[in-house]
Amino acid sequence: MSYGETEAVRGIDLEVQTGEIFAFLGPNGAGKTTTVEILEGYRSRTGGEVRVLGEDPEQAGRAWRDRIGIVLQSNSLDPYLTVRESLELYAGYFSRPRSVEETIALVGLEEKADERARRLSGGQQRRLDVGMALVGDPELLFLDEPTTGFDPSARRQAWDVIAGLRELGKTIFLTTHYMDEAQRLADRVTIISGGLIVAAGTPEDLGEREKAAATIRYRDARGEEVSIETVDPVRELHRLTTAALEAGEELDGLEVTRPSLEDVYLDLTSTAEGAGE
Amino acid sequence: MSGLALVGHQFRYDQKAFWRNPASVFFTVMFPVLLLVIFGSIFGSDNVEIRGGQIDTDTYYVPAIITLSIISSTMQSLAMTLVIAREDGRLKRGRGTPMPSWVFIAGRIGNSLVTALMMLVLLAVIGGLVYGVHYPWGRTPEILLVLAIGAAAFSCLGIALTAAIPTEDAAAPIVNFLLLPLYFLSGVFIPDDQLPSGIIHFADVFPIRHFFLAFFDAYVPGGAHAVDWGQLLVVAIWGLGGLLLAVRFFRWTPRSG
Repeated sequence: MSYGETEAVRGIDLEVQTGEIFAFLGPNGAGKTTTVEILEGYRSRTGGEVRVLGEDPEQAGRAWRDRIGIVLQSNSLDPYLTVRESLELYAGYFSRPRSVEETIALVGLEEKADERARRLSGGQQRRLDVGMALVGDPELLFLDEPTTGFDPSARRQAWDVIAGLRELGKTIFLTTHYMDEAQRLADRVTIISGGLIVAAGTPEDLGEREKAAATIRYRDARGEEVSIETVDPVRELHRLTTAALEAGEELDGLEVTRPSLEDVYLDLTSTAEGAGE
Repeated sequence: MSGLALVGHQFRYDQKAFWRNPASVFFTVMFPVLLLVIFGSIFGSDNVEIRGGQIDTDTYYVPAIITLSIISSTMQSLAMTLVIAREDGRLKRGRGTPMPSWVFIAGRIGNSLVTALMMLVLLAVIGGLVYGVHYPWGRTPEILLVLAIGAAAFSCLGIALTAAIPTEDAAAPIVNFLLLPLYFLSGVFIPDDQLPSGIIHFADVFPIRHFFLAFFDAYVPGGAHAVDWGQLLVVAIWGLGGLLLAVRFFRWTPRSG
């Protein structure tokens, strides 16, 4: 499955492999939802080529929709139907649905199966939402910011559900603005900012960037703050400390720090936003 | 599932959700019953002049309130629930499934039609038991015909109206602002002979009065005709206009956010 070249905001290129969890990461307003809505067939594009499961989403019909599952950015549940009824309703739309009981277990709502959607917690509603996308047994699942606004324990539960889908061999297209979510779940991550792709690779690849740059900070003999960015902190430190020893000076407050993945992400996305202006 | 089976499937769950929603049950079921009881109790002993004849007020209000209940099970209920479903993303989400969009709309119209039929039965029973206004069995075909045309037309108008309602919060005010005054002006709340003729002429522009007169003729034997095709034609034209507007302007995605 490939998306070829899609021109969402400024022309982006991405390809998702069958069976992988692909994270599309970026801050609010970066163009994530625009892109995912083009892939889902909701939005028509101004140019470029898009192929999802071998078809152009804009032209695709019922047979194509039978193979995809969609979870929108906000919950879209009938408040007066129970968990089981909501899943039965959606199961009826698809040609080869997964069993409703199995789906309930998959999203961990066994104890809430006969509760109306309006009585569920935010996290449970979201899991029902994911269940409604899964009950059609889709090959490809779109999850648009599945855990935004969750407390840590609800997020952990949602992550467990999504990670469990990997074992079912589903392809998952996940958008998120949380670096840790992408890192935890995805096989590959693409970072978008200001409508441009600013980085792509496996979470480990992106982690490499963190090894690449370290910052050495100290105060020199006059008390001035000095900050050096280096890709080779061992040799740089040796040079600094040797020079200090020879001059009989101290390096007050000496520290070596590496940016966290979160810093890498913030750095990448802020640069692109600046460039976009 | 085939298209028709899928409509049945959709309808089943729409019915469940309808009966569990207190707003639907109040406005569509309780409100007309309440009106019939109030109007019947206050004005019951008076006589009303309508369509050139004299009848007692109860005989007037039973078909009048059934008219109102058909409009509220169709136009009012569809406009309100579809706007809410659109704004909370349910319509958009349904569009992302293999279910054809006509199935969804047909399920909802089916839901409205069945509710309208049920209201006809409920109000006819109350009219008969409490106010002695007996259901005209011989007129059943005519009553069902008028109900079917009216329900279809007002369903189309309700679906079309959603395009003019920007948010969930605006749904109830807009729908009531349109319908409530017209119920008064069309003789549904206030008997015909107490309305100035200027007002009647104004109400004649809109479909409610025409539908009321057609339903009245079918329900109350003794008039010139059982089916007033002229009135029904106006209702049908309004419905057709609503259908065209709905096809052109109905939207599946939220307007806000």
